Amino acid sequence: MTIKDTYDVVVIGAGPGGLAAAISARQNGAADVLIIERDLEPGGILLQCIHNGFGLEVFKQDLPGPSYAQKFIDEALSSGVDLLLDTMVLDITPDRKIFTASRKLGIKEIKAKALVLAMGCRERTRAQVRLPGTRPAGVYTAGTAQRWVNVEGYMPGKRFVILGSGDIGMIMARRLTFEGAKVERVLEVMPFLTGLTRNYVQCLLDYDIELQLQHTVKRIIGNKRVEAIEAVAVDEKWEPIPGSEEIIPCDTLLLSVGLIPENELSRKAGVALDPLTAGPFVDDRFETNVPGVFAAGNVVHVYDLVDWVTQAGLASGKAAALYAVTQEHKTQKKIPIRSGENVHHVVPQHICAESLKDADIKLQLRVKQPVEDPVWVEVRKGANLVARRAERYARPGEMITVTLPVKAYDEVQSADDLTVAIVKR
Amino acid sequence: MPEMDKVICITCPKGCRLDVTREGDTILKVDNCGCKRGEEYVKAELTDPRRMVATTVKIQGSLHPLLPVYTASPFPKPRIRELLTALAEVELSAPVMMGAVVVKDALGTGIDILASREMKAAG
Repeated sequence: MTIKDTYDVVVIGAGPGGLAAAISARQNGAADVLIIERDLEPGGILLQCIHNGFGLEVFKQDLPGPSYAQKFIDEALSSGVDLLLDTMVLDITPDRKIFTASRKLGIKEIKAKALVLAMGCRERTRAQVRLPGTRPAGVYTAGTAQRWVNVEGYMPGKRFVILGSGDIGMIMARRLTFEGAKVERVLEVMPFLTGLTRNYVQCLLDYDIELQLQHTVKRIIGNKRVEAIEAVAVDEKWEPIPGSEEIIPCDTLLLSVGLIPENELSRKAGVALDPLTAGPFVDDRFETNVPGVFAAGNVVHVYDLVDWVTQAGLASGKAAALYAVTQEHKTQKKIPIRSGENVHHVVPQHICAESLKDADIKLQLRVKQPVEDPVWVEVRKGANLVARRAERYARPGEMITVTLPVKAYDEVQSADDLTVAIVKR
Repeated sequence: MPEMDKVICITCPKGCRLDVTREGDTILKVDNCGCKRGEEYVKAELTDPRRMVATTVKIQGSLHPLLPVYTASPFPKPRIRELLTALAEVELSAPVMMGAVVVKDALGTGIDILASREMKAAG
């Protein structure tokens, strides 16, 4: 495959968001589409997520991660998307020049008429949660261990403690147990499980792995290698409770303490980031503040389901193709979407008023505090209710979607902003 | 004598904590169900619990040394350890197609073990 100097649409990242964006760009009129990927093969993190549970919404099938990825890899290739693998993007300019480095092509500059950022997210590390103690080998993020165990065939330890009850942490607890390791404990600083209940049952309860809520790691012990960790109970303010310390012998500590959108390249392109999501401010077509630069998937905000990443990728790829073909940046009225009561953030952060003429707009949000009672998710214009949706509960771990219907078009045209709020039913 | 069990329903993400009253295999009563699917879940979970199992098997001649595999349908939970032990002995050679049957009728359950992805021959 010869890599051209100019493409209608260039996508950075061949994970589920990037693959969907590239496929959609081709389907919507982009003459040539390139995905640039730093790994040796396309698929992204799905390739190491060998467990089931993917594709229930998009395919109505319960697939393992690699199978989900492969369906999109095959479709991208058959729809004529070019793939540049084993290649790092070093820099992107606001006018969409992309500088890449690879063994095959050396340094190469590629121009994109429209660009889709699909770099995904990264795991929070030890430094970002400031764990005290020595600095021995044996402290890894859960996703790094997942790559080693599931793809590279390398077991990082024998006795594990996992910090964080996120889904990756719980899934790794089961996976390590399958491979003969002992998982001594899962510690969670919050008073509630941060991952899905399904994973608590199938990954921890099934294998008698103990979960301690409102507990954290006070100290890592060991010189060359982790020898133990000191666990401690915490109060509501995350302050350690004296006297509750416990030494847990182990050789490995895995961290499953959150994901952060990966936006180093976005910044270089002049893309403005929302401090609440750590991802770009986007509109309903996933366009950033830089004309012709779009963003899709976990680079925007961290989704619960890959199916939703795919949907975001499809939407952004379509918008990117239209931009590339027309090279028009329509200056149209944009309406900010604000976070109201108990809403942590909403994506998109603003919508084009005109978009609502043809299609509903989905707003996705996370709540700040769990509410275990029925709630309304309301979209308001001042005091007027524009749309609402009933939920049986609202939890920070589960993203909520509320739809702005086409019939709200007239009302939205005159809005200065819209507010999304959670209220009890 | 009726026995009490606590079961967390995982049919949907809500995760209702159900209180089950049963006598042997006969379920007398299920309390705290958020919806009617809870009772069906309890019945399956107490009589024939099954889980999807995903793991890896060794493969030669490909980019990676492991091929991810999964059970074509949920597998009897009490026999998962036995299945993992059997799969630890499997060694394949690339290429393998996605969906290829890696083990047919695993442990006589009638459930096939499938390749989760394609694995090309390296080169």
